[in-house]
Amino acid sequence: MRINITSVLVDDQDKAEQFYTEVLGFVKKIDIPVGGGGRWLTVVSPEDPEGTELLLEPDGHPAAGPFKEALVADGIPFTQFAVEDVHAEHERLRGLGVRFTQEPTQMGPVTTAVFDDTCGNLIQIAQYDG
Amino acid sequence: MADVFKALADPTRRVILDELTERDGQTLFEICARLANKHHLGSSRQAISQHLDVLEAAGLVETRRDGRYKFHYLHTEPLRPIVTRWLEPERDP
Repeated sequence: MRINITSVLVDDQDKAEQFYTEVLGFVKKIDIPVGGGGRWLTVVSPEDPEGTELLLEPDGHPAAGPFKEALVADGIPFTQFAVEDVHAEHERLRGLGVRFTQEPTQMGPVTTAVFDDTCGNLIQIAQYDG
Repeated sequence: MADVFKALADPTRRVILDELTERDGQTLFEICARLANKHHLGSSRQAISQHLDVLEAAGLVETRRDGRYKFHYLHTEPLRPIVTRWLEPERDP
């Protein structure tokens, strides 16, 4: 068994596609209509095109909204991406208008920052300092 | 003033104030992460939330919502009576 997909629950797939590709820099891998206006929409890192796919999954279930709102209010990220340099990535994303709820912070062996994906989630970026 | 002393009596709550002194305006998540990773305090999120409630009741922490996020800010005004009572008491003329 291996992990081939992980997902984030997004409030709008078109907006999510734009943010995760144009702003974060991932590339679209699979885009198939699945009925009900939804798509099976995944992106991958250009640094690892055969790696784990991120599924941009509609958050239409009635429990999803309150769940996401509660996480965001407390600043809790839904998932995490690895970067080489958190400070550089923070500068780059801030320049593109991305809102951070946690500025880059040294947390023991790791430096992290947390930003809003504009689709109802917070995302942590992390750099392991070894 | 009793609320302030009670709030300050707990070492975890003092560390929370230290961390807010370093960076004012933090989410609950950031406070929890700092306590766990920088101070190796293994308190649960719920326990830290309760510590923040005590600090807020004593007036030492203020929470403000900014859009969908909630941030915690240091509020040192309740400490001033400690200074004026013992460190800088007003002298009789």
